[in-house]
Amino acid sequence: MAEKVLMKGNEAIAEGAIIAGCRHYFGYPITPQTEIAAYMAKRMPKIGGTFLQAESEIAAINMVYGVAAAGKRVMTSSSSPGISLKGEGLSYLAGCDLPALVVNVERGGPGLGGIQPSQSDYFLATRSGGHGDFRMIVLAPASVQEMASLTIRGFDLADKYRMTSMILADGTMGQMMEPVDLNFEIGETYDKPWAARGTDMKREHNIINSLSLVPEELEELNFKRFEKYAEIEKNEAMWEEYLMDDAEICVVSFGITARISKNAVDAARSQGIRVGMIRPITLWPFPKLPFKNAVSHIKEFISVEMSMGQMIEDVRLATECRRPVTLCNRVGGMIPSPEQVLASIAEADGKEADI
Amino acid sequence: MFRYKHITLICGHYGSGKTNVALNMAMDLKKQHGNTALADLDIVNPYFRTADSRQMLESLGIRLICSDYAASNVDLPSLPQDIYAITELKEMKTVIDIGGDDRGALALGRLRDAIKTEGDYDMFIVVNRYRPLTRGAEQTVDVIREIEQACGIAATGLINNSNLGEATTIQTVADSIKYAEEISSLSGLPVVMTTLDEKLFSECSETVPGLFPLKLQDKII
Repeated sequence: MAEKVLMKGNEAIAEGAIIAGCRHYFGYPITPQTEIAAYMAKRMPKIGGTFLQAESEIAAINMVYGVAAAGKRVMTSSSSPGISLKGEGLSYLAGCDLPALVVNVERGGPGLGGIQPSQSDYFLATRSGGHGDFRMIVLAPASVQEMASLTIRGFDLADKYRMTSMILADGTMGQMMEPVDLNFEIGETYDKPWAARGTDMKREHNIINSLSLVPEELEELNFKRFEKYAEIEKNEAMWEEYLMDDAEICVVSFGITARISKNAVDAARSQGIRVGMIRPITLWPFPKLPFKNAVSHIKEFISVEMSMGQMIEDVRLATECRRPVTLCNRVGGMIPSPEQVLASIAEADGKEADI
Repeated sequence: MFRYKHITLICGHYGSGKTNVALNMAMDLKKQHGNTALADLDIVNPYFRTADSRQMLESLGIRLICSDYAASNVDLPSLPQDIYAITELKEMKTVIDIGGDDRGALALGRLRDAIKTEGDYDMFIVVNRYRPLTRGAEQTVDVIREIEQACGIAATGLINNSNLGEATTIQTVADSIKYAEEISSLSGLPVVMTTLDEKLFSECSETVPGLFPLKLQDKII
């Protein structure tokens, strides 16, 4: 049906997964992402899928491991403290080169923190969510439409590269409602000759295991995995540029803060300040190219985040510290206001903001 | 002018727009009746609740009855301590915002006997044809029956709150009239009102019976 529907961000993730062919969901409730589980509980039985509320987050991620090993599209979702619990499973998935989709609708932390939105799991998501040398593809939606489309993209990338894709959203993105167009082109399907789903007595067993007893072999596995990561860094970075052509100041922001920042950029433009924005859509691989291009004409970068300054490190790396990068932030469940971002832009421009 | 009973219960599918409808009805009721309360019994979702409008309600002189923990970081499904004021204070008319689906409606159990004994109530089901799980009339009637079963009170009417958020146009609402009528004929419940963003009122040339203007909260994002 061509007509749009009104969806919550969390529901759009769930429906996106179903459109992508995911028929196995394992999870454990936690605010602010419980609607994903609630939606799956209603939809999966009607389409021949499996919804299972596990006894814990750790159980859920290990169920994901099992279904991924069998070669089926599978997902789990949680919010910050629950993602910490899944860390061991994320590492095992990486160690076995298994594709899966994991959703983190972040809330304030550390610890039990609060239930209000946050972006302070940037390090967790982009610097590996568990032990060992590994990466996850991290996608940061900034609209309810993208909650669906990037979920589908996440499944495709996971299958293509045999690794975990993580949707990194926050409580506001999960809860906000917007119209969504659910007509998507379904991407490629991927052969999974490595999957453990019966030999039919025609081939050797596929063994899926992350234990390596021979250090030389484990080293070789890590080398090969990082060749794959290098290829992903080259090919899969996604970003949006806004009013960057003549900009002298560049706001960098992702997810919900990118929407607030966009309003602030518009307000600053109307006051004659030459400011633009780069919105990373993939947080790993971090989009380095637009920064490389921007360094020549940008005098200052402003990283707008709902954390104590995590993405700012990637901005410094991508610009090779050739320009100052300042932080504009709120934390603990608080959201920066457009006025706060505008004030930071005006400060970078050496003016008082007209707010 | 809409006639309010002693208690007006607002139920509906998750995300159908109950909170906004309840808030607007309370403001309308305040103008007509004076002594008005809005009760937030949504124990399902701690995000975006009536309690967020506390300041505005207080300035209008509408009493807010809500959990001590609403709009805080405490994620507890607790009911407000002054919940019995709703049924006990006969001079005060109350609009009650009930949580989504059958789960949310469970919270009403505490008040059910008092409400039914008094008999001076309406229970309206808010419907939105643009929500993915209530797009069809039959699906929606299933949700209505689940809600009635969970709270033990029979619904008395439908509120057609079909909208696409900020993308709502007059056409969006016009296209939902048939849907609301279908639910009405399947369920036997009358459509008591169709809501419309007050900003769209001037564009509305045709007369839809029971059109109710909604004042929507400003968004920063």
